[in-house]
Amino acid sequence: MKSLENGLNYQDLQTQLRQKRHKQFWTLLVVGGSYLALSWLLHFSNTIGIWAIPKSFSWLFINFVPHAQTMQTLPDILSKLLATIGLAISSAFIAAIFAIGLVSFCAPVMPHYLGVKRVVRLIASFLRNIPLVAWSMLLLFTFKQNDLTGFLALFLMSLGFLLRAFLEIMEDESSQIAEALQVTGAGGLVILCRGVLPTVMPQFVSWILYMIENNIRDATLVGILTGTGIGFVFDSYFKSLRYDLAGITVLCIIVVVIALENISAQLRRVIA
Amino acid sequence: MIIEPSDQTNVSLTTETTKPKQQKIKIHRLNAMKVVLGVLAGLTLLSFMTMDRGSVSLIKATSEFLVNLKYMFLQPKVSVNLLQGLSNSLLLTLGLSILTTFIGVFFGFIFAVLSATNLLDRRYTLIARSVMAFIRAVPTILWVLVFSIVCGLGINAAVLGLSLHSIAYLGKAYSDSIEALGTDRLESFKASGVGFWATVCQGVIPSIKPALISWSFIRLEINFANAVAIGAAAGAGGIGYQLFVSSAFDFDFHEVGTIVYLILITAIILEIIAVQIRKQFIDTTQR
Repeated sequence: MKSLENGLNYQDLQTQLRQKRHKQFWTLLVVGGSYLALSWLLHFSNTIGIWAIPKSFSWLFINFVPHAQTMQTLPDILSKLLATIGLAISSAFIAAIFAIGLVSFCAPVMPHYLGVKRVVRLIASFLRNIPLVAWSMLLLFTFKQNDLTGFLALFLMSLGFLLRAFLEIMEDESSQIAEALQVTGAGGLVILCRGVLPTVMPQFVSWILYMIENNIRDATLVGILTGTGIGFVFDSYFKSLRYDLAGITVLCIIVVVIALENISAQLRRVIA
Repeated sequence: MIIEPSDQTNVSLTTETTKPKQQKIKIHRLNAMKVVLGVLAGLTLLSFMTMDRGSVSLIKATSEFLVNLKYMFLQPKVSVNLLQGLSNSLLLTLGLSILTTFIGVFFGFIFAVLSATNLLDRRYTLIARSVMAFIRAVPTILWVLVFSIVCGLGINAAVLGLSLHSIAYLGKAYSDSIEALGTDRLESFKASGVGFWATVCQGVIPSIKPALISWSFIRLEINFANAVAIGAAAGAGGIGYQLFVSSAFDFDFHEVGTIVYLILITAIILEIIAVQIRKQFIDTTQR
């Protein structure tokens, strides 16, 4: 439409369209080609893959179905599940306290905040990009097989994520309010506690809620690696071929994750 | 993992003092937030009190942990032979994450169209939404373990498990962006008699291209992290498996340090690429 207004004629439009088609064709060719090349390089068989999906789901619905005996073990699974939820919440909450403390020093009213911000960003990137596997194994080696190991692994990971998220929110939201309050002659600490933190807090809480959801999912992985919580329960049932128990464990995880997703969506609506 | 596919609405303290109603809502909000934080604090305390800490002395464990951290990050070591193997398995993990992102983008978009309420009737979108919520609720590692029963531990199960989770994640992210378009623009397509898939290709895709690109690259980063994780926990090979072997069987934290550095560098390069491409795309679309 724009080109017509600019006085371009029909032929120009035609060439433009042809160029667009050309570009689309090549993009498709490159993407498709690299897909095939990658699956060849990785020895991924597309035919086996496609057939495995219906097979796996039918296997899932046949073997993961709980029966009467399964229910006897349910209290045991539920207690582990509650412990895991506790881990997810506490690690996210404690990480949030640390993150808020660190990010407060990056508010534009603090002395040397630009330098501090750079350091905090570096710490966040470091914590976040080190794989959870490395943290888990390192902690397992020294803190041994108990819930504390799981807590610390989740804590370090959450701290990395929350630091980055909080820092971004702080950058976007705080400069205007800080400037406005500085004009009134308020001191740095007052601006931080009465102006900046209340402004960013709803978004911080929203991120904490998201971190809890995510920690439940990650707790499964950490549990499998370090032998703690619900991940360990699943892994031991799965490897000893007690599929009905493994199935009920997965069902519990699904219920908890979906429930948490909905609860935090509701809470966000109230807070934000 | 880092950013959730739902709108995080910005909140700022409005200074419209002429409307007493709004003031009331604001107080209500702050109270609700205090309640949420209070409940979380209570649950944290409860969890700490009931936590199984084992019989390890905390001070001793912490000092040992710091020593191992020092081995890892300040004295990384590796033999030349192993380095060859490591770079191969790093490439495998990277390839795995790219391949699964391709699959995730393609099928994720189809699912997104099927679950966008401004494109289809609520009866259909509800089905697609529930399927995706179900897939997302199961952690990736469990999907890989389930698939490994049918096709054996290895690359096939890893690709399927990672792809399935990517499809569900991207499906939600994309459909949120499609719904953010609203109904007006799509109505005008409908009114001029454009077919359904033509509307999607000519109306929807060009409008949400920046969102599509940035979500896809975010998922690529997540898939890389997940590919490392499932390599370790499900024995799917790649650098994650090497990491698992050298930490859980060899207890060689110098070697773990090298592997972690390799992963760290790759992850940071991926992040930089993602940021650059996102920037470029947003620039060209705004022009």
